[in-house]
Amino acid sequence: MYDLENVSVAYDGAPVLKGISLRIRAGEKVVIIGPSGAGKSTLLKKLYDLRQAQSAFIHQDYALVPQLSAFHNVYIGRLDQHSVTHNLLNLVKPQKAELLHITPIFRAIGMEEKMLDRVSTLSGGQQQRVAVGRAIYRNSSIILGDEPVSAIDPHQAGGLLGVIKNSADTVVLAMHDVQLALAAFPRVIGLREGLVFLDLPSEEVGEETLADLYRRD
Amino acid sequence: MFRVSLSFLAVSLLCLGLADIEITTLDPWQEMRRIAVGFLTPDVTVLYSIREAMLNTVTFAFCGIAVGVGVGSVLALFFHLTAVRLLCAFVRAIHEIFWAFLFLPVVGLNPMCGILAIGIPYAGVFAKVYAEILQEADQKPLKGLPAHTGRLSRFFYGVLPVIYGDVKHYTSYRLECALRSSAILGFIGLPTLGFHLETAFREDLYSQAPAMLYAFYLLIASLRLWVKPKLVLVYVAASFTLVSTEINLRWDNITRFLGHDILPWPMRRAGFLDGSGEISFPAGQVWQWAVDIVHTEALPGMWNTVVLTQVVLAGSGLFALIFFGTISRHFVRRRRFRGLSHYVLIVLRTTPEYILAYAFLHLWGPSMLPAIVAILLHNGAILSYLTGQNANLVRLRMDSARGKANRYFYEVLPRVYGQFLAFLFYRWEVMMRESAILGILGIYTIGFFIDSAIADDRVDKAVFLIGATALLNMGIDSISQIIRRRLRVSAGTVFTCQE
Repeated sequence: MYDLENVSVAYDGAPVLKGISLRIRAGEKVVIIGPSGAGKSTLLKKLYDLRQAQSAFIHQDYALVPQLSAFHNVYIGRLDQHSVTHNLLNLVKPQKAELLHITPIFRAIGMEEKMLDRVSTLSGGQQQRVAVGRAIYRNSSIILGDEPVSAIDPHQAGGLLGVIKNSADTVVLAMHDVQLALAAFPRVIGLREGLVFLDLPSEEVGEETLADLYRRD
Repeated sequence: MFRVSLSFLAVSLLCLGLADIEITTLDPWQEMRRIAVGFLTPDVTVLYSIREAMLNTVTFAFCGIAVGVGVGSVLALFFHLTAVRLLCAFVRAIHEIFWAFLFLPVVGLNPMCGILAIGIPYAGVFAKVYAEILQEADQKPLKGLPAHTGRLSRFFYGVLPVIYGDVKHYTSYRLECALRSSAILGFIGLPTLGFHLETAFREDLYSQAPAMLYAFYLLIASLRLWVKPKLVLVYVAASFTLVSTEINLRWDNITRFLGHDILPWPMRRAGFLDGSGEISFPAGQVWQWAVDIVHTEALPGMWNTVVLTQVVLAGSGLFALIFFGTISRHFVRRRRFRGLSHYVLIVLRTTPEYILAYAFLHLWGPSMLPAIVAILLHNGAILSYLTGQNANLVRLRMDSARGKANRYFYEVLPRVYGQFLAFLFYRWEVMMRESAILGILGIYTIGFFIDSAIADDRVDKAVFLIGATALLNMGIDSISQIIRRRLRVSAGTVFTCQE
């Protein structure tokens, strides 16, 4: 699916990724961890650019349209797959077919009763669920997510992660919560200062390795 | 900021010394008493006879707004092009009344004249403000759209919902302005409210004019009750249907106007004298013609316009600094008193400055005084309202300064002053447009010379002078922009104040 060979990315001359090589096969569920500024978001964007058409992306800041309903925000996930007329009709009045399709997604993300509420009236956690719902609705083979459960309370985050993992063949997420990440994903990539610091099965990641990954110097 | 304010104040005092201010009526107090009595005893029977004028005022405004929104929205999409920006600045810089002067000879005294006079400058305004709203809109939602979304879907899902609130808010505010514009177009003969107001003032019908003004206030106040987003299209369609029976556009009028009437007189003289109507191009004489107008009319007119503008700029600023406190909870505890001054400010804001000036002219006779007071009150009220609202957003802590003067100078004024200046400089160009047209009432700003040229049927000269006014206005607008940028002040809620 992805075969990166010595990939470097720089913003305004400052290197963010410094020659990364890694391979992710179709069907893998991978989590990226590492200290702030290590290049996690940049790597995710790189992966998105490589397979735009097959990917859904969950943004760190949700990228929702606050003035539209939660339903419409989820519908946006497939804007490119419907005709303009259909998009406009659905904007004016949610179409039956779309409601049938999207309601189960809202059930899965635990937001059924908020489906027709304006996004601006939702809490941060609820907005993040809508952003997840959008990625699910896109029904793509890959889901990429930048901190997709950061605003969800801890004992519900695991469940939502499960929903994301089951919604696409290949899933790559960046996460801050290391314990949650290790528990939910079989493979962990640790980034540090723009380099791959570790790339291991979760059960092989020990306390010491983590301390090294996050150490300050 | 302080230095800039002081220098503008100094310039304005200088201008006040240069301005011609006097009261020439024999007994202004007597006159004032009659007007006051008139306001207390409005003759409501007159309302029946102005019903058609009221309807016209509304329909012209709706049609004008529709034209403005339609053309302006399209232009807003191309606002990044310098040519479009300049074009918009140019059409904005010309007051509705001047536009009406230009259309009179082409379409005659009919609804078309009013609609275009409102629609064209408003298109320039809408283009600018819509483009600003677009530019400042949150970009995040766009980022979340799938990569290959079509342009229309992108617009309707990622842009329109984000800007809709601001666009609606600004457009409805402009509808109120359009009603004012529509009303005062009556003063130059169109069949709107201003026509009857002018008659009432001229014939000293003291109880009639107030009744009409009250009706106008009611109209403006009732807008929010009957102008609903869903009904707007119905109103616009109905307005166009109503005026459509009276519109007759004759092509030969347009070509004669553009191809003949607006050309400098020396180019037409030979053809006129030998009856052939042909155009020649005596360059030397055309140059002399232009130099003469610049020398005897454009320069003196512009000079007086600038003098008047600078006086009212500082004047309305001072007015606002004094009166914004009256609607602020930090200075007036009692809600009832704040409400009262709020209404006074709204009435001053709603009364078109042209009507105020006309009334004061009646009271004091011709000099700059009526124009100064009229523009000052109208703009001062707007600035007081906006600044007062900002002041109400300031949260004073429990240990803040005691005593109203301390509170004013230490807590509130410093916090609102930057935005106040931004508002004031935004209105600079508006005040200049108003100063220019008030010349029609007999003070020697540029409007006086334009009005005389139109009265003498010298369209070429009028067009020349209107063009000069527009350039002056664009100049002021860019100076205002530079100052705002230098001072790093921004109005924030720009569109409640602009134009």
